Amino acid sequence: MQQYLLHIADNALILGHRLSEWCGHGPALEIDMAMTNISLDLIGQARNMYQYAATLEGDGKTEDDLAYLRDVPEFRNVLLVEQVNGDFANTIARQFLFDTYHYFFQQQLCESQDPQLAAMAEKSLKEVAYHLRWTSEWVIRLGDGTIESKARIQRAFQDLWSFRGELLTPALYETEAVAAGVGVDLGAIKTAVEQKIFNVLDEATLVRPTDGWMHAGGKTGRHSEHLGFILAEMQFLQRAYPNAAW
Amino acid sequence: MNTEFPLWEVFIRSHGGLQHKHVGSLHAVDATMALENARDVYTRRQEGVSIWVVPSNAITASDPADSDAFFEPAKDKIYRHPTFYQVPDNVKHM
Repeated sequence: MQQYLLHIADNALILGHRLSEWCGHGPALEIDMAMTNISLDLIGQARNMYQYAATLEGDGKTEDDLAYLRDVPEFRNVLLVEQVNGDFANTIARQFLFDTYHYFFQQQLCESQDPQLAAMAEKSLKEVAYHLRWTSEWVIRLGDGTIESKARIQRAFQDLWSFRGELLTPALYETEAVAAGVGVDLGAIKTAVEQKIFNVLDEATLVRPTDGWMHAGGKTGRHSEHLGFILAEMQFLQRAYPNAAW
Repeated sequence: MNTEFPLWEVFIRSHGGLQHKHVGSLHAVDATMALENARDVYTRRQEGVSIWVVPSNAITASDPADSDAFFEPAKDKIYRHPTFYQVPDNVKHM
């Protein structure tokens, strides 16, 4: 159960952190704010999940211990969310691939037999529904936009496609969470997730990349080099000044 | 070539039953994007329950040079103000 909660929280925290790197750098003020809003939603979701995980762990653990005092191999996020921002198209493609998964995931999590998880999912689902709406809109605009924007978003999907598989392939703790009636059966949402991706790609007049070899490992703590750099920046304060608080 | 997105004016209704009020403007390529941008820029702190967006160039504004002719004549017509009535306490938003 603990691993499962950390997996959900880590996905949101790391992607939220990545998006926050856009703050002040967005292509336009309106887009900058939209990305920052999504980032804050995700970090808020991560906080709720860490707080819950910390209570279950007991021992005086807090959300900060979980976010700031674990090292790379202990993080359970998928590899997709730690990938670099790249250009705007790359960020949109990464976010869209995550949002399609995240939306149907949270929708199913509302049915969890763990009342706390179900309540958090219900709250998150409203936020994620907007994220998905926003990124879908941008995939379509970029794909069906100029020659330049189309080339960039197409390349972004090409580059990130192999990170898609991990989202829908359960780790052991996910299978156990399903068996316990608290987790989401990824097999049950696979078709809906893929259908949404394909529909939006079609509408964006983009070519669907071919499924080939897929990355795996993030869910069990084998991460790309990027996560180390993210944690170095994110955890610096707590590591350098233990227990520092506002 | 003008590469800036067109300008839109944003109106927000803060509570059911109140009118939409002008809150500012933003750039967007079309109405859908304008609505989403308005949501992201102007309703982050629960400012509203409804949004209108209007292309700025659809607004016809009075010319400041006409101010005298437009607005001065109303100045000395105090009898047009309903200040001689008692407003009952339970009438809101007056």
